[in-house]
Amino acid sequence: MSKGRKIVLTLTPHQSFYTTLYNTVFKRNSTFVGTIFFAGFLFQPALDSALTAWFENHNKGKLWKDVKLTLNGAAEEDDE
Amino acid sequence: MFSSFRSAVRSNILAAGSTWRTCKILTFPFPQKQFSTSAKAAVGPTSMTQKVIAGGALASGLTASFLLYQDSVFAEAMTAAEHGLHPPAYNWSHNGMFDTFDHASIRRGYQVYREVCAACHSLDRVAWRTLVGVSHTNSEVREMAEQFEYDDEPDDQGNPRKRAGKLADYIPGPYANEQAARAANQGAFPPDLSLIVKARHGACDYIFALLTGYPDEPPAGVVLPPGSNYNPYFPGGAIAMGRVLFDDLVEYEDGTPATTSQMAKDVTTFLNWASEPDHDERKQLGLKAIIVLSSLYLISVYVKKFKWAGIKTRKIRFTPPKN
Ligand code: HEC
Repeated sequence: MSKGRKIVLTLTPHQSFYTTLYNTVFKRNSTFVGTIFFAGFLFQPALDSALTAWFENHNKGKLWKDVKLTLNGAAEEDDE
Repeated sequence: MFSSFRSAVRSNILAAGSTWRTCKILTFPFPQKQFSTSAKAAVGPTSMTQKVIAGGALASGLTASFLLYQDSVFAEAMTAAEHGLHPPAYNWSHNGMFDTFDHASIRRGYQVYREVCAACHSLDRVAWRTLVGVSHTNSEVREMAEQFEYDDEPDDQGNPRKRAGKLADYIPGPYANEQAARAANQGAFPPDLSLIVKARHGACDYIFALLTGYPDEPPAGVVLPPGSNYNPYFPGGAIAMGRVLFDDLVEYEDGTPATTSQMAKDVTTFLNWASEPDHDERKQLGLKAIIVLSSLYLISVYVKKFKWAGIKTRKIRFTPPKN
């Protein structure tokens, strides 16, 4: 107990997944922060489109785009 | 005495100390006799305190009973009829946490408003443009707006001019001012309907129940002031607006049968949209907020536990000086 802790990173010929992850992402602050920013940029639209898809499916038939389909000649209109 | 206690503590710690990452409450084998004086103190409050507490409980019980009795002796001026009949809870298709308005119903509801309610009620806070992409297409709303005249800038001689309505204009009301509205309705003022769903207890349920709740005859014994109609949902029961919706009053373009209740449902949905135009987007964003915030919360719980694990499971050892 009194010996204290020592972190040993053994580099075997086949690096484990976590070692690779550590070396490419977490080791340097620049890559760490960069990964966070990049993941944020990807995550936001991914979550957004997934939730929108679920929401519109959940309310299918009640939305304006469903009403628009029933109107004659309204399909080409820009109404945003 | 003390040295034997100390050695007992030490042996206990050493016995428990062999496993490092365990969190144990150490129990010290205290000699029972040392605390023999505590037996008397455990008896609790004195009998005087008990009397005071019992007296207080009795007094408040008597006061409460007296007040309840007093309350039951006299009839309230605000009876159930004065408050108005509570509307039933209807199963609106937009009731659920993630349910949008039925936009086909909003579209039909606008038609009912335009053809029936707009004769008496204004819709001051709704601009034409807000209908675009909700119930009507851009060109439809432009056409609807153009049918109304608005004040334009004066010409070079300063004469007032008129122009056709634009998307940016607000929907005009039927009367120039409140006095004109009262004069046309036997002194009663038809309220603006822009926010009426938010402005009434029972919201949608109330508006629907009110519109469909006119009986053919007022109940026996009810005396109505002149110019008023009986409606049990309206507080007081006497409302200046008569029944306005009757079967087949309008003709829906989508072929929906225009029964009284269908029109009431549609116009109520339309008025609910007018009160809460952000309703659909709010629910969609709410879903996103719930997911993101609860994930962040769970992550923060995990991180806290992770960071504190070493501190929480730390064991403090006391090595007494050797002498
Ligand atoms: C003939 C004129 C007239 C028409 C048409 C009319 N109303 Fe009214 N409405 C009134 C008047 C007058 C009042 C005020 C009643 C009062 O204060 O006693 C009123 C009151 C109301 C109220 C408020 C009730 C309250 O709780 O204070 C609502 C909601 C309402 N009308 C909805 C509608 C709707 C929806 C339509 C269309 C389907 C409609 N009205 C058509 C004249 C009219």
